[in-house]
Amino acid sequence: MRKLIATLLLALPLAGGVARAEDTVKIGYIDPLSGGGASVGEIGLKHFQLLADQQNAKGGILGKKVEIVPLDNKTNPQESLIQAQKAIDAGVRYLTQGNGSAVGAALSDFVTKYNERNPGHEVLYFNYAAVDPVLTNDKCSFWHFRWDANSDIKMEALTNYIKTAPGVKKIYLINQDYSFGESVRTQARKMLAAKRPDIQIVGDELHPLLKVTDFAPYIAKIKASGADSVITGNWGQDFALLLKAAADAGLKVNWYTYYAGGTGGPTAIKQANLDHQVFAITEGSPNLGTPAAVEFEKAFRAKFDVTVFYPRAVNEMRMLALAAEKAKSVEPLKVAEALEGMQYEVLDGGTGVMRKDDHQFFQPMYIASFGERSEKEPFDEEKTGWGWRPVAKIDTAQTMLPTTCKMERP
Amino acid sequence: MPGLVPGIHALIDNKQDVDGRDKPGHDGDQSKLRTGPILDRRIAADLRQWQGARVLELIFTSTLNGVLFGMLLFLMASGLTVIFSMLGVLNFAHASFYMLGAFFGYQVSRWIGFWPALVIAPLAARVLGAGVERYGLRNVHRNGHVAELLFTFGLAFVIEETVQMIWGKAPVDYRVPQLLDFPAFSVFSTNYPAYKVFMLAVAVAIFAALLIGIKRTRIGMIVQAALTHPHMVGHLGHNVGRIFMLVFGLGTALAAVAGVIAGPALVTQSNMAALLGPILFVVVVVGGLGSLPGAFIASLLIGLLQTFAVAINVSLASLFGPLAAGHGPSLLTDVWNVSVAQIAPVLPYLLLVLILIFRPMGLLGTRET
Amino acid sequence: MSSTPFALAAAPSRRRDALQFYGAWLAVIAVMLILPRAFSSGGALTTFSLMGISVIFALSYNILLGQTGMLSFGHAVYYGLGGFLAVHAMNAIGAAKWPVPLPVVPLIGGLAGLVFALILGWVSTRRSGTAFAMISLGVAELVASSALILRSFFGGEAGVTANRTKLFKLFGLSFGPQIQIYYLVAAWTLIALIAMYALTRTPFGRMCNAVRDNPERVQFVGYDPHIVRYIAFAFAGLFAGIAGALSAINFEIANSAYLGTQQSGVALFAAYIGGIGVFIGPVIGAILVTYLSLVLSDLSSVWQLYFGLIFIAVVAFAPGGIAGLLLRHRPLLRAGQMWPVLRAYVVAAPPTAVMLAGLVLGIEIVVRHTVGTSDDPVMHLFGYSLDTGSPLSWAIAALLTLVGFTLARLTWKHVARAFDDAMTVARAKGYLA
Repeated sequence: MRKLIATLLLALPLAGGVARAEDTVKIGYIDPLSGGGASVGEIGLKHFQLLADQQNAKGGILGKKVEIVPLDNKTNPQESLIQAQKAIDAGVRYLTQGNGSAVGAALSDFVTKYNERNPGHEVLYFNYAAVDPVLTNDKCSFWHFRWDANSDIKMEALTNYIKTAPGVKKIYLINQDYSFGESVRTQARKMLAAKRPDIQIVGDELHPLLKVTDFAPYIAKIKASGADSVITGNWGQDFALLLKAAADAGLKVNWYTYYAGGTGGPTAIKQANLDHQVFAITEGSPNLGTPAAVEFEKAFRAKFDVTVFYPRAVNEMRMLALAAEKAKSVEPLKVAEALEGMQYEVLDGGTGVMRKDDHQFFQPMYIASFGERSEKEPFDEEKTGWGWRPVAKIDTAQTMLPTTCKMERP
Repeated sequence: MPGLVPGIHALIDNKQDVDGRDKPGHDGDQSKLRTGPILDRRIAADLRQWQGARVLELIFTSTLNGVLFGMLLFLMASGLTVIFSMLGVLNFAHASFYMLGAFFGYQVSRWIGFWPALVIAPLAARVLGAGVERYGLRNVHRNGHVAELLFTFGLAFVIEETVQMIWGKAPVDYRVPQLLDFPAFSVFSTNYPAYKVFMLAVAVAIFAALLIGIKRTRIGMIVQAALTHPHMVGHLGHNVGRIFMLVFGLGTALAAVAGVIAGPALVTQSNMAALLGPILFVVVVVGGLGSLPGAFIASLLIGLLQTFAVAINVSLASLFGPLAAGHGPSLLTDVWNVSVAQIAPVLPYLLLVLILIFRPMGLLGTRET
Repeated sequence: MSSTPFALAAAPSRRRDALQFYGAWLAVIAVMLILPRAFSSGGALTTFSLMGISVIFALSYNILLGQTGMLSFGHAVYYGLGGFLAVHAMNAIGAAKWPVPLPVVPLIGGLAGLVFALILGWVSTRRSGTAFAMISLGVAELVASSALILRSFFGGEAGVTANRTKLFKLFGLSFGPQIQIYYLVAAWTLIALIAMYALTRTPFGRMCNAVRDNPERVQFVGYDPHIVRYIAFAFAGLFAGIAGALSAINFEIANSAYLGTQQSGVALFAAYIGGIGVFIGPVIGAILVTYLSLVLSDLSSVWQLYFGLIFIAVVAFAPGGIAGLLLRHRPLLRAGQMWPVLRAYVVAAPPTAVMLAGLVLGIEIVVRHTVGTSDDPVMHLFGYSLDTGSPLSWAIAALLTLVGFTLARLTWKHVARAFDDAMTVARAKGYLA
């Protein structure tokens, strides 16, 4: 026992030396790579690795090789900061992260303070999936860029869609009781009241995060309320168990969700046999048939045998390369300035824009339902045989929301 | 319709409705609350009757759901009760054996079917559990209960990682067997699947079998004696070590039975053990150490408590009215607006703390913990 | 786990012991001063700061487990609340421009931990054993759940951030650079170390041990075990709060992860691996666990598996923890009987290493084939390259493990015999374990 530890101590240099390789652009990927959260973290990493390979095949960024440095944060914000520090020691100037707004907020705050205290050695934080609106509002930072639509934007897009769907009359809200679920329900109430005052909110439920084993009583409440549609931000087990309980009880409603496409989501929908009754708000799907997206999807599936979860990661990496070319430099500060206000043709078609005011990326959003595929939908999910069918497209302009961000620029 | 508003485009041509379904809303909703400017007597009487029916429906469905959930809890906790009450070991790896059961069940049912899996998976878990007792726990036993507990702590890590290495980290597609995949009955237009009734039956059967096995059979007597007077039992010619091994194996086998059965109903994933959390300890401790009937009653109690709490939307704000408008968001407004339903799944822990304060031996326990 | 080591120092050579005693403390201070000079990268300084925080936290936990015999599953509650209060205090001080410098903030966190321990501890310390453990578990779940629900105080998912440089500056220290934080943490670690060590030497500390070993007799002597446990609990809360506040200062953020069961687990692991029966045990454990949790995850994606195995190994083979293991050699050292035992160790080391290497190799090969993120079949381990696809590697792993295991079993039996023999000699000479 002691000997094993002694060997470990001898064999390992403590927390890496200072290695600044100027001929590579290192991107620190900070996400869970072990434990329960790793199922998503590993898939995210595969996106970035393939994107780096593709970029390198094209000659890298300004002739410099792109390297992804995987860093395991175990979904813990404090651990993420240690990993960020380690990455910076190893010469990383770009960090990217997505799983969990707790981590996102910690990283954004860390990067901001680090840059303030270490001028000339700035670090940028690219957020590809942490959706807490606060990151581009009250707690916005010049050094943080977000490619995923934040939860308010998704709700804006979703309610804009519901505005056009006369079949929706009674809505039930059920969400996890933490800041994300809270923001889903408050925004849903606010936006629906403004856009469709005739819609009745017949229920508004919060339940503790990942603590519910049996959703039957919640389903009983939904049933009793007479709702025709349910809006939920639930993910992971809370999503799967909710749908299963609904299917068991024979509840027939439409599900408008944020994370039906997450790992295990499609499997759960198929198990519950809810054919085209579950809708997700997303920024793209290969079943849209956009050639670039189809091509990337095929390459990704061929290499890793999983679905492209993050079209936004593609946008992120390709925009980084474009911004560096525009700035003719890979210095984070210059790249950040080049990214501000940049317009970009996104992977799934249409123009997106990185808004200068708050560093939030806006892009066309889609509502898609999950179920049996027609011949126009070549891709299935999680080997269920079912796939996504895009139902509606919401243009970039229809997703724009004002921001409270007061950006402090260097 | 999508397409009428500029900026929102319908992508599929759908004849039926926006979302492709013929009938939005759930079928058979009987609620017809007549509202009118004049509420005459007849309508008022109707309304009372209707509300009465609603309350009855609520109580009925909540009770039913509570019992079903409680029995699922008992199913998962029965093995823990056996180990905890008989060996005094706080087995933190219990949920891991439950997970192993689910994954074994998934694998075997893919090969030869669900019903053989229901037998094979617990047997496999039993062998594993006995091995853990024989080559691990027994050596640790002399260092006291804390050491045993920590051993199972470490074991939980090892099992979780091993499961991840074999079956990956994403949820697996473990389905309810065809034979039980139909609604058993329907009350107040809500279906109750046959599988849930099956879970209930298995839980009750396990309870009865354990009770009889421990109280009425010779082996049960020897086991009980071995726990309180190991030396005496040893002198009488029984192999005490083997008895402990059997009991631990039985506990892990029960955990695996729960896993095989609960796996299709819940999500079979490598983090399912961690997500189950300490709720099973709540069941065992609330019921009272050393008491199987206690665990049974505690399961029901927790199931009902949680289910009824979900149905109650009462918060301080709804009782005493919202706080004065001058209050911004503060700790007080947070507490003020929390409803009972919102914290329902946390209530068992509150129950745990209260029980331990006021009745430390648990509901039916005979000795203090 | 029955005695504090320094306490039972043999009587005859008082001066030598005093010298050793103060020498040890001076050595600690010297190490604290030298470390940042030897390793000056930001990551290393952060690591050292975390080790210091972890040391305080694990020691505070050991006031409960090791000294008073109370197994807690919810010690992070006081750590976390200390952290949150510290962050709120930093924000309030910064906003109101009170003349309170940063080094005082941990005291606020400590007081928060103390107050909450006093509030929550009264009922739970009425009993020890499983009842106490389960109450601590229930309370931990309740507090962790409310952290997500009560968003205005706990800041929701994003947590509460603060800026440590915006406080009143003493001696022109901004506390922006990590090196200043390191010294702050080091100073507080030293203070907490001394305070907690002194606590074990007071009559109260001895009462704690008595309550742990035999509460009935404590009652006969006229003390109330409940009160003793309650006071011990309050002290544990105080120091946990200080650790939490230091952590909040280091990260400049407090969030629900501070309060979670994982954080409680860290304290338990650290204390137990280090050795709960010895004062310095948790110190060793905290340093080791912090280091392992940072390094193992860099080395292998299944670090939790290794962590679990290490933990099981400690519980099974070194129930007194690392410190306990080391301490068992003390009588041998004093009796001059170390040599034969050491020789046995040297013989046992190679086969053990071979077995472990085989085991690690086997695990890593399996990992490559099931969860591996890279599609490169060639693996680099211990400086060698191996093709994980070929059956040869599998055979090597199996062979190493088997041969290593067989030989290690023999040699460790030899070690046990040598140890027993040496011990007999030492006992005969009058040096007791």
